[in-house]
Amino acid sequence: MSILVDQNTRLLVQGITGREGSFHAERCKAYGTNLVAGVTPGKGGTTVLDGTPVFDTVEEAIAETGANVSLIFVPPPFAADAILESADAGLPLVICITEGVPVKDSTMVMRYLEGKSTRLIGPNCPGLITPGAKAKVGIMPGNIHLPGTTGVVSRSGTLTYEAVGQLTARGIGQSTCVGIGGDPVSGTMFVDVLKAFNEDPETESIVLIGEIGGTKEQEAAAYIKEFVKKPVASLIVGQTAPVGRRMGHAGAVITGTAALASEKMKALEDAGCHVIPTPADIGRVVQEMLG
Amino acid sequence: MKLHEYQAKALLAEFGVPVPEGSVASNAAEAIEATKKLGGTSVVKAQVHAGGRGKAGGVKVVSSPEEAGAFAESLIGTTLVTFQTGPAGAPVHQVLCEQTMDIEREIYLSITTDGGRKRPVIIASSEGGMEIEEVAQNEPEKVFTEPIDPAIGFQPYQGRKIAGALNLPPEQVRPFVALVDACYRAYMDTDSSMIEINPLVLTKDGKMLALDAKMSIDDDAMFRHKPLASLRDTSQEDPLEVQASEADIAYVKLDGNVGCMVNGAGLAMATMDTVKFAGAEPANFLDVGGGAGEEKISHAILLMLSDPNVTKVLVNIFGGILRCDIAARGLVDAYGKADRRPPLIVRLLGTNVDEGKKILADSDLELTLVGTLEEAAAAITK
Repeated sequence: MSILVDQNTRLLVQGITGREGSFHAERCKAYGTNLVAGVTPGKGGTTVLDGTPVFDTVEEAIAETGANVSLIFVPPPFAADAILESADAGLPLVICITEGVPVKDSTMVMRYLEGKSTRLIGPNCPGLITPGAKAKVGIMPGNIHLPGTTGVVSRSGTLTYEAVGQLTARGIGQSTCVGIGGDPVSGTMFVDVLKAFNEDPETESIVLIGEIGGTKEQEAAAYIKEFVKKPVASLIVGQTAPVGRRMGHAGAVITGTAALASEKMKALEDAGCHVIPTPADIGRVVQEMLG
Repeated sequence: MKLHEYQAKALLAEFGVPVPEGSVASNAAEAIEATKKLGGTSVVKAQVHAGGRGKAGGVKVVSSPEEAGAFAESLIGTTLVTFQTGPAGAPVHQVLCEQTMDIEREIYLSITTDGGRKRPVIIASSEGGMEIEEVAQNEPEKVFTEPIDPAIGFQPYQGRKIAGALNLPPEQVRPFVALVDACYRAYMDTDSSMIEINPLVLTKDGKMLALDAKMSIDDDAMFRHKPLASLRDTSQEDPLEVQASEADIAYVKLDGNVGCMVNGAGLAMATMDTVKFAGAEPANFLDVGGGAGEEKISHAILLMLSDPNVTKVLVNIFGGILRCDIAARGLVDAYGKADRRPPLIVRLLGTNVDEGKKILADSDLELTLVGTLEEAAAAITK
């Protein structure tokens, strides 16, 4: 009925005693997510939010509460450590909200995760939500969502909300909405989420929101072309962004002209996606696609 | 954070990358002195955060200290316009005077992180000194890419593999492997996002040197590189962008008149697209970021208003980690302090939206409240 998070999700929040951590843990809980534990080193033994226990380590939190998903709010210098702790403790799903994690740290984390069963989403992402299971594991406003069968995947946070808002306004519900984050190196890619949506019997259509830069959208297009049988609508933002001043060319050598919005739109159109021409047209195009 | 050539070379030299002899000069006298030390001839190179300096007249081989002085004099204090600076150009405050050399071969070498592979990659090409993007486009077989496993780092066999692809003479393989190893260590140890040596030269007398160097450091990692912070040259950046970056606001100045303040880079780009598709031009890209407080929002709006081209303002906030009430308070605060108040179009959605709208309604702020991007587009062009 959804991907990655559902009614079996038992949520652990790392950094739960911080300003953002406590605010959003409370919001997740209020939405209906089963918040079972928090972790803040040095604050083990206390409780927050009317009785959620806080532990010093992720390992203890899992042993005591059966937590199976971690949501991370710790500051950038400590984010990689927090992800590694959760992975080492064997959590299958880790979502890192933290913005500003050094790219080298993300690179090292991803190298560590190779061959392990932990899936990382982020860093610098809004998290994910399955409205039908009342499972919100992230910072998105819960009330804009509507249970349904359209899967949403995006690199951006607030733009995901925009897409969801337009869908909900037209009565188009969502199975799961995933924000994979916009950092140069991140855990989960479009392809990973597309694969999960494609295999999820209760996701019937997909909305993909991409951006200029990198080649994630081309990889998504190649996957869609070969494997995805469900209808996909796609939007690329940054179509009007000017080509910035640059210093070197190394990044451009890797991506070539693939980083341009026009190239990404073309690749997605070639893959059979319904192209959403402007950000205001998300709801309309998806509605037309669904017929 | 971008570094100047002379800064990058000094850093790379610390890691053992061979660089030409030379020194940086801030005036004609220093350029004369530097050239004397080099034996009376030198290459004088303008120090700006952009490539394409040679074609733009920012590099000259001089045959006397006086000529070096005169060329330095003609450059320092001016702005250099290259194809990478944009039409405004970049100010020249220093020149680098370096030894001249007889060049046998030019090679391209760079390191960056490939998000697709999730690894650092070494990129090399036998076509040094050229526009590497063009080489990659037209002759991709001449660009060699070697991913590095960050767990074990760069390995000598990889260096030999690249040397083979570049057809280096046997006696140059060992120095090349050592040089790439030094570059990789510099890349990792300084949290670089890019090191580019173009060209890496082989001289007629058998030396291998980094003739040019570009380097940029991951801004997100600066917290652990405090000593490198002094290398930042803010004169190379737009003054508003510098102010924004000091306040941790992502701001890029553009040429239009619709000031946009948005939370999140994706929605900010979507907002710019919306403005442009409506037939207007955005004055800026502004992402106030996730965890912004009231003061940061206010600061961002005042910063945006300090661009005299802004005659309309579109605030588009979809609250997530940022709450609408905080955004609304920041907005009211900024318009209270501002010395001019261009017409304001506001779209608030998401976390704490009702509180946010109430704060706006209770203030004496004149604004057009819109619900959808279409309405925002219509309000901009009205």
